[in-house]
Amino acid sequence: MLPDPALFSAVFAFFSTHPETKGVAVTVNRKLTSALLGTLGVVVFLVVWQLVPTLGLIKATYLPPPTQVAGQLVADFGDATFWVALGNTLATWIIGLLLSLVLAVVLGTLIGLSPLLRRGTRTTIEFLRPIPSVALIPLAILLYGLQREAALVIVVWATFWQIFIQVLYGVADVDPVARDTARSFGLGWFARLRYVVLPTALPYLSTGLRLGGTVALILAITAELVIGNPGLGGLMVIARSVGNNLSLYALVVVAGAVGLIINLLLRALERRVLSWHHAVRAEVTQ
Amino acid sequence: MSAQIIPTRATSKARRGPGRIVEGLLSSLLFPFVLLGLWALSSVLSPNRFFPGPWKVVTAFGQTWLGTSFVVDVLPSLGRLTLGLILSIVFGIVLGALVGSFRPLRSLLEPVLEFFRAVPPPVLIPVLMLLLGISDQMKVAVIVSGAIWPVLLNTIEGVRAIDPVMRETAASYRLGTRDRIFRLVLPAAAPQIMTGVRQALSVGLILMVISEMFASSSGLGYRISYFQRNYLIAEMWSGILLLGLIGIALSLLFQVSERIILRWYHGTKEMERA
Repeated sequence: MLPDPALFSAVFAFFSTHPETKGVAVTVNRKLTSALLGTLGVVVFLVVWQLVPTLGLIKATYLPPPTQVAGQLVADFGDATFWVALGNTLATWIIGLLLSLVLAVVLGTLIGLSPLLRRGTRTTIEFLRPIPSVALIPLAILLYGLQREAALVIVVWATFWQIFIQVLYGVADVDPVARDTARSFGLGWFARLRYVVLPTALPYLSTGLRLGGTVALILAITAELVIGNPGLGGLMVIARSVGNNLSLYALVVVAGAVGLIINLLLRALERRVLSWHHAVRAEVTQ
Repeated sequence: MSAQIIPTRATSKARRGPGRIVEGLLSSLLFPFVLLGLWALSSVLSPNRFFPGPWKVVTAFGQTWLGTSFVVDVLPSLGRLTLGLILSIVFGIVLGALVGSFRPLRSLLEPVLEFFRAVPPPVLIPVLMLLLGISDQMKVAVIVSGAIWPVLLNTIEGVRAIDPVMRETAASYRLGTRDRIFRLVLPAAAPQIMTGVRQALSVGLILMVISEMFASSSGLGYRISYFQRNYLIAEMWSGILLLGLIGIALSLLFQVSERIILRWYHGTKEMERA
């Protein structure tokens, strides 16, 4: 059913005359324009991509036009090997992320709650954290061979630090007054953890989870590219070695789409977890 | 207010005696040494082929990296990394300031940028190899293709979030374009830009290593995977150690430059807190 035009114009008049609600109409309008412009941007990008190989600026074998890549994508979607590879990559991603999450929360809480441990481990943490995860690829291959376990070493190393640091800060950020109040009210160790530490650390944790989730995907695919264990990265290695450039580009698009979806999901999760606490949110993003 | 500040300063100074320094050093160095000791002990008690003792790794480090290899492998790698990072930072800031200043441009590019940021950067290595061949340009392009996004997106965010009052003040004082960019836009966005630069440094280092592991006959990443393939375990560990040291050096360099560039910012924050 179409909306009644009279009703629509009444609502519009209400929005545009009411000084307090005028802003709503403006933001709606603005959102609409930016959505339109965004779509236009995507279209322009696709047209340029189509024109570059069509006009022969770059050979179509090196840069296949989006129409061909789209065709390849459709073919991939009907292919079981593609879905198995995607499943493998996502499995490495989620296992790595969960392992890092558990490790980071346990260690971060233990170390973050004790000023003594925090001081004692600071130099070690500052030394270990900047070691690039990919430096461990050779070690991982030696230890586990060309298996998922090797990829997990890389994923966990990179993801762990992202979440760990956030947990460390979050746990240490407890308001001293709240902590002392809980203590003088006789809350036990576990209750203090549940009612004082957890609410403070949760925003930090969800930020860590968002950062870690992105990093985990990057390294899951990187590990597959370099190690060659099965997954999207493994498929790319194969596509490259047989010179199937079209398939390579289609896989890059898939990797980007997966990254985008994971990013949006984690951001939505973060917003949901934090919807109760805007003040803390502002602190975290700073 | 000043009456409150003076006593706290006095107490903090009184606590900063020699005893405190020793205690600080002890607490910060004790744990690393305990770890090192455990490592050495375990390598003696239960020798493992894949985990050589610290002494072996240090010896291998000296033999492997302090010599011709430093000139042949390490310096070119660092050169590509530096070039890639400089390009990423410069282009990231310039493009970010541009896109962040014009709302329509931002709306136009946002979805495309979101997508490109979401592409895991190493995925672009095979594509760039296809387009540029296996060359130094390709390796630098790989570094830029991954490291530019954090700088670009953070600059856009930083420029977008400039206090409207400041912007209107600049407009009503009729600041010229150049003054507006160097006295308002860049300083106001600097804290956010620095956040992006920090992320760019670690992404850049990772991509330097991978681009060399993937397709190269020299460079740090190539060396390390060469050692691994030939079961030169201590040498491989020394490579991991070297990469760790480079990572630490980069993060120290960043901290120092951040303190210099954002001195005014940390100053204002402290003022606000006091």
